[in-house]
Order: sequence, then C-alpha cells, then structure tokens
Amino acid sequence: MSEAASALGNASFEGFATIREIGPMGMIALRAKHDLPQLSAALTAVLGLGLPERRRILTRGEVRVGWMSPDELLIVLPYGDVAATVAALTQALAGVHMLVADVSDARCIFRIEGEKAAQVLMKLCPVDFAMLAPDELRRTRTAQVPAAFWAEQGGYTLVAFRSVAAYVMGLLTHSAQPGSELFPG
Amino acid sequence: MLILECPYCGVKAEETELSPGHEAHLKRFGPGSSDEQFESYMFARKNPKGVHFERWRHTYGCGKWFLAARCTATLEVFGTYPAQTSEPPADIVAKIKARRPNWEGVK
Repeated sequence: MSEAASALGNASFEGFATIREIGPMGMIALRAKHDLPQLSAALTAVLGLGLPERRRILTRGEVRVGWMSPDELLIVLPYGDVAATVAALTQALAGVHMLVADVSDARCIFRIEGEKAAQVLMKLCPVDFAMLAPDELRRTRTAQVPAAFWAEQGGYTLVAFRSVAAYVMGLLTHSAQPGSELFPG
Repeated sequence: MLILECPYCGVKAEETELSPGHEAHLKRFGPGSSDEQFESYMFARKNPKGVHFERWRHTYGCGKWFLAARCTATLEVFGTYPAQTSEPPADIVAKIKARRPNWEGVK
C-alpha cells in the first residue's frame, strides 16, 4: 500500500492569521433524501451523530456530519476510519436509494486560525459573516473555486477540491498577508 | 448586484454564487410536435423589460436549480421558489400584482 499524503504536504503560512493545510483527512459523501426514515437512525448508529439541520454541522470528537444540500451530507472523520465507516453506513442503509462514497483523496482541507481568521475568508467568499451561525457549514466559492467552511476552535476549517489545493493555498496565503487586515486593531 | 434566496438551502446568495438558466416555465415540445411548436420551444423567448420568471442554479452552494421572479428593469426580486413548480405560486403572483398593477400576467 502506498502512503496517504495530503495535497500540499501540510504546507503552512504565518500571516495575520495562520494558514495550515491539514490532512490527509477522511471525508465521505453521503447522498440520500434527508427525509428517509432510515437515514437518521443509520447516522446515529454508525457515527453517534444525528441528521444535521439545514446548513448545520454536528461534531462529536473528531467526527463531523455537515448538511451540504437537501440530498447530500458530508462526513469528516479521521482518515483511517473511512473504510470501516463506509462499510457500516452502506450496510445500515442497505436497500434504500442512496450513495456512500469515500471522497477523502478528492478533497483538500485547510485550517485558518487566529483572531482575525474570518477576515482571510471575508476577502475571498461572497458571504455575510455577521449572519453565519456558529455551527453553520457554508458552501460557497473562494475566488474562482467551490469550497465549504465552518467555524471551529478559534478559526475556520475549509474544504475544497484537491485539484485546486495549490490555488486555494495561494489565495489564503495572499489574503492573510501581514498588514492587509480589513479592520484595524 | 442581484441577491436571490435559494429556496433549498436558505442562503441569500449573491449573483456570483449562482448560474443563470434563462427563462422558466417553458413547455417542451419533443417528438411528434409540429415544426412551429418546436421552433417556438427551441428559440422563442420572452425577453421582457419588466417581470420575468427565470431559472437559476445555486452552483457554488447546494447545487440545486430553483426559479425566481424578478423585474429585469429594476432588478427587484419578487420571490424564489423550488424548480419542481410548473407555474408561478399564487403568493408570488399576488406580490407581483401588488407591486406592478399593470402587469399583464404570467402568459
């Protein structure tokens, strides 16, 4: 077996906020209508987390379940647990119309940390940060590419496609240049 | 800047997060239809200066198609609603009539 490697070898940057490419991180895409009666039970049984409400992300330890669209959930978990979780979810949802796919290696994941972390994203995303709920998973774009982020432990975690990892790192790095803060102080 | 609320995820998305899908509520004329019907389905579009029903896709968000009623002249948005709707919902039509008393109606 080859070793799993993150997209940018855990590159990091220190600006007015800290940018870190973290990973490899396990990610599972679960597509199913959210009103399927089995779905909530399967999530509770396999992950210990229920079905998140619209645009919310639930966290338990290192496992997260986020609402991506009316028929899609994103599960974020340690890389090593992906295969077992995919198998367990597939079994728990056997017989219903759904898809469980391991997308860990198709994605990249970044941490933006520090008191001014939000300002890094404010420059890149068409999002009203004042309206964001603390546990909101927001899908949007960062400059020219799709991304999703949520607030977590003194910063934000941002997920994007792996093929644009270097582009996203460049964006975040440039956005976090010291002296380029949006608000003084 | 046009801001439309996605009826699926509830995000007030600005235009750059969306993709336009042109006129909504077109009736498809496929095999067995006359040339005139197919031509009008294929090519004829309203392009009004005023109230218009459009398809939009929340491309960078939840990825779903939805429909919007807006004014092409003032960019006033009357409302958005799910794409699984064959004609504009009554509440949106009422809202348009209240704002545009001279509006000639959906067809």
